[in-house]
Amino acid sequence: MTVSAVRVRRPARPGGPPGRRGRFGVHAFLLAVSLAFLAPLLLAVYASLRPYEETARDGYFSLPDRLSLGYYRQAFTDSGMGRHFLNSLLITVPGVLITLFLASFTAFAVARLRLRGSLLLLMVFTAGNLLPQQVIVTPLYVLFNKVPLPYWMSDSLTLYDSLWAVLAVQVAFQLGFCVFVLANFLRTLPPEILEAAIVDGAGVWTRYRHVTLPLCRPALAALGTLQFTWMYNDFLWGLVFLSTGDKLPVTSALNNLRGQFFTDYNLLAAGSVIVALPTIVVFLLLQRHFIAGLTLGANKG
Amino acid sequence: MNRTTGTRPATPPKTVTPRPARRRGPRRHTHRDLAVLCVLLGLPILLDLALVWGPTLASVALSFTTWDGVGDIHWAGLNNYADLFADYPQFWPAVRNNLLWLAALGLLATPFGLLLAVLIDRGVRFSRLYQSTLYMPVVLSLAVVGFIAQLILSRDQGALNALLGRQDHPVDWLGDPDLNIWMILLAACWRHTGYVMILYLAGLKSVDPELKEAAAIDGANERQAFFRVVLPALRPVNVIVGVITVIEALRAFDIVYAVNKGRNGLELLSVLVTDNIIGEASRIGFGSAIAVVLLLVSLGFIITYLVQELRGEQRR
Repeated sequence: MTVSAVRVRRPARPGGPPGRRGRFGVHAFLLAVSLAFLAPLLLAVYASLRPYEETARDGYFSLPDRLSLGYYRQAFTDSGMGRHFLNSLLITVPGVLITLFLASFTAFAVARLRLRGSLLLLMVFTAGNLLPQQVIVTPLYVLFNKVPLPYWMSDSLTLYDSLWAVLAVQVAFQLGFCVFVLANFLRTLPPEILEAAIVDGAGVWTRYRHVTLPLCRPALAALGTLQFTWMYNDFLWGLVFLSTGDKLPVTSALNNLRGQFFTDYNLLAAGSVIVALPTIVVFLLLQRHFIAGLTLGANKG
Repeated sequence: MNRTTGTRPATPPKTVTPRPARRRGPRRHTHRDLAVLCVLLGLPILLDLALVWGPTLASVALSFTTWDGVGDIHWAGLNNYADLFADYPQFWPAVRNNLLWLAALGLLATPFGLLLAVLIDRGVRFSRLYQSTLYMPVVLSLAVVGFIAQLILSRDQGALNALLGRQDHPVDWLGDPDLNIWMILLAACWRHTGYVMILYLAGLKSVDPELKEAAAIDGANERQAFFRVVLPALRPVNVIVGVITVIEALRAFDIVYAVNKGRNGLELLSVLVTDNIIGEASRIGFGSAIAVVLLLVSLGFIITYLVQELRGEQRR
């Protein structure tokens, strides 16, 4: 992939080959920076595999007497990371699906239906996503406390302190970004495709579901990957809208691993690795989509 | 900017011609169409208004009141703001830290990310590998970054003190209020650099190579070609990077909260808002006043950005 890209590009480069002497320096620099960027992660993994007594005695840079997965077991049993993972899943999966569905329809309407005020609508969504989260936290906290829910939906009997609250905020907040990105994406498609459908008498739903949505697939894959990471990584919403410790998503629950008076940093390292693992795996598997998602919104000429 | 549009002469006439042909009769929707639109367009709009813009306005309103979240709401005029600016000792340090955050992301992480993008874009070997490695921190939650920072920087067992051989006279990297903000900024930059790099990499790929060629023919060296030709052509990416940098600097919260709940030198506006509403004090009016300060600063940048976008829209 990379090699062919280089080969294609090289003849096009003006002024002949670009000084060979620079090559070695660039490599050394990139390698050094890459190692420096990876070092904290590698250290966290290493520390998580070693018992506290050992690192307390010899420091983190010593050779290990023994390595074990004990801290990972402890994180799952004592602080119930499994339960928190489930919470994260219950928020993230529906969150991503609902956001993508609503956003794709909104983007379709804004970009392709020539409705009046669609530009204003786009601006409202985009600007909303750029607001700092703390600006909306207070009224939402009050509002959620006032919204009653039946017991089967929330054992707190209000929207506050239920996963629904976090899910709702995630969807509302992320809609802005997705609408923005998808609307930009749809604008790049030729209008003729839709015009043919209109001539055939296709209604709004058909034009969305059978003409536009299939074209959006790459953009949706990209956004889905990105949104999964963002929703999963969120820290504030869980912290503010959930008061029962058991309901916290895994990112916000990380704090539980910290003791009141004594903190076992090796256990914390294990917790951090556990929390980071899903996003790193998703990133490594879906790297192409992931980066496309970020740049879809940014890169429009 | 003119230079960029000049290379694509096909665009301007394209936007002009279809306009008269445009059917300006959107009332061709059937009842079913209208129902679909009402539900599927109405729902997101409702959500956005109810959970984003409504609360924003409510925050502004609440900032003029004293309220503890339970009892009566009393109008307080500008008292909260007066207290905030004059009597709240954490306010100005928080403002300072937010500005430092902006400076660090804007002046350190952003140029560094751009440099990395340029180096990788020149097509060195293993560029894919470098790209993934440098991007890795971005997929981590900021809370995780905060915890990893503790692993390295904590006073007694931190890796950095061990590395510097200072176990006997340990430096309290995260506990010393004069020092900790710089360490946390380093961690924030660690994450922001990869983000900026990816955006610029994508931007660089879309820059027309002919531009660089033309610059070279005109006798520009690589540096001149980059600063005079490539960078201006990257303007849309520059705008996005700028917006993201400002927003991230204002939103910063997770790292400091994960490290020490944003106290003892790590105060941030976002932390003060959170403390005032979910802390024992529950001073909702006062917390809202801080949020409004945050809002006003962000809105300045958001509006600038949207105006830019609108101009781009008209040019299309």
